[in-house]
Amino acid sequence: MGMTIAEKILAKKAGKDIVKPGEFIIANVDLAMSHENADMVLKNFVKLGLEKVWDPEKIVIIFDHRIPAETIKTATTHKRLREFVKKQGIKHFHDIGYGICHQVLAEEYDKPGMLVVGTDSHTTTHGALGAFATGIGATDMAMVWATGKIWLRVPETIKIVAKGKWPRGVYSKDFIIYTIGRLGVDGANYKAVEFHGPAIEELSISSRLVITNMSMEMGAKAAIIPPDNKTLEYVRKNIGTDFEPVYPDNDAEYEAVYEIDVSGLEPMVAAPHSPGNAKTVKEVEGTKIHQAFIGTCTNGRLEDLKVAAEILEDRKIHPDVRLIVGPASLRVLKEALKLGLIDTFLDAGAVIIPPGCGPCLGKHQGVLAPGEVCISTANRNFKGRMGSPEAFIYLASPATVAASAIEGKITDPRKYL
Amino acid sequence: MEKIIRGRVWKFGDNIDTDFIFPGQFMHITDPEETKYYCFKTTYPEFLEKAKPGDIIVAGKNWGCGSSREQAAACLKYFGIGAIVAESVARIYFRNAINLGLPILIAPGVTKIVEQGDELEINLETGEIKNLRTGQTIKAQPLPPFMMEILKAGGLIPYLKKKIESGEIKIGE
Ligand code: SF4
Repeated sequence: MGMTIAEKILAKKAGKDIVKPGEFIIANVDLAMSHENADMVLKNFVKLGLEKVWDPEKIVIIFDHRIPAETIKTATTHKRLREFVKKQGIKHFHDIGYGICHQVLAEEYDKPGMLVVGTDSHTTTHGALGAFATGIGATDMAMVWATGKIWLRVPETIKIVAKGKWPRGVYSKDFIIYTIGRLGVDGANYKAVEFHGPAIEELSISSRLVITNMSMEMGAKAAIIPPDNKTLEYVRKNIGTDFEPVYPDNDAEYEAVYEIDVSGLEPMVAAPHSPGNAKTVKEVEGTKIHQAFIGTCTNGRLEDLKVAAEILEDRKIHPDVRLIVGPASLRVLKEALKLGLIDTFLDAGAVIIPPGCGPCLGKHQGVLAPGEVCISTANRNFKGRMGSPEAFIYLASPATVAASAIEGKITDPRKYL
Repeated sequence: MEKIIRGRVWKFGDNIDTDFIFPGQFMHITDPEETKYYCFKTTYPEFLEKAKPGDIIVAGKNWGCGSSREQAAACLKYFGIGAIVAESVARIYFRNAINLGLPILIAPGVTKIVEQGDELEINLETGEIKNLRTGQTIKAQPLPPFMMEILKAGGLIPYLKKKIESGEIKIGE
């Protein structure tokens, strides 16, 4: 019996010819990413009493969640980690303002066939470039820092095949919200998901990253898109040429196969308080909003800012709305500046925040008050996620968020396209 | 680690996420001991007022979904929660709990035989869960031996430390 991409990568990293779902393996990690929570990893690592990390070349640390430091505690964390990074000779360290961890990895580190682990649940993102990438905890990461190894259960794989023609105003964000709504927020718990089909192949790398990023919201352990020519070209140009792409065998065994025809999709939102609460924009159209946020590791890339800027060009946001724009990385910010997108946002009345997670996790830079409604391009709308547990968060595509910011209420973007 | 765990139940529904268990606004708290003051802090304040060390959490499907923040498991461990029993558990939460040495069991059907405030007795080795009020029992899925070993050692770090010291896991190769 053949293997899926997840099984093939894990077998290789465990030094085995074959692995089967349900099997526990100890695998060798290629890339180990942490953000500020490296501090929790460090606390565990110290307890092991080791002098040196396993391989300073394979560890990446990126400050993005709470930047610039918003409390003395965070400032102290940053300081402690900067010292640690120096002492250990960890070269792949990116200080504040460089970008959101997942965006930086997709710009500079990901390669097909890699085993990537990150102390962040949305590490699934990197499967868009053909890696097996999964989120782990801080204690897990301490083991990786010490030994380069991790224990994993080989997951079953679900296959999702997307067909049809993308309708105007419908983006990969709408597709993944629809998919999470259909499979449920635990629909892929403990499973790997492979995304196939002509509708996926048609998407840019940026749009694909949205899908693998948000697959976490149905519990996926990994979400993988088989690397095609677009992937290979992108990786060769931006990251490197020393990799071996992994493809599923023809007789690979999938736990379930779903077909989705994108031709019938409409602009979607995930309504409060669950990413699985999928509704069409039409169903919630007219809901009054107070804040709109374009950014995050889900939809803060250049492609997203372009779509939003086209809608906001020569327009003003509604006087009762704050619009926050957070480019996902320094690279995105610089390109957006060059293209004049930042001017467009500022002229429309937006606030620009530095590359980082910003208000996504409710710590700073746009915390919500009780009773407020936010429409956001992020991936999570749990109760309390962006501040007050009595606030309401709708997740949507950058186009929908931009159109809604103009009208002060949730708006179908198609009339602006 | 005790083989038999006895405690009073705090019952939760389906899809309780990590933001609910450990709200994001406290994410700057990275000292595991200190996290215990923030369990459900803004989302369910009654817990911190009334729960006691040794209590047990019983939850529905997909307990601990959402972010990978280890604080969501650490806060309950350091608060002194005896065990978590759920219909199902989100993947990273499950890892984190085991790695921290916090017993976590998956027992489909458990929410049907347990109510808020019941007393439970859990046998970690056999996976048997008994409701001391009603006498009903249910069996949890057995944990693979190496996970039991991690739990018994008190978590992944002490487990690993032992293995490194004994030379079973070699460092720097
Ligand atoms: S942008 Fe939001 S979802 Fe993405 S890594 Fe940052 S906090 Fe997490």
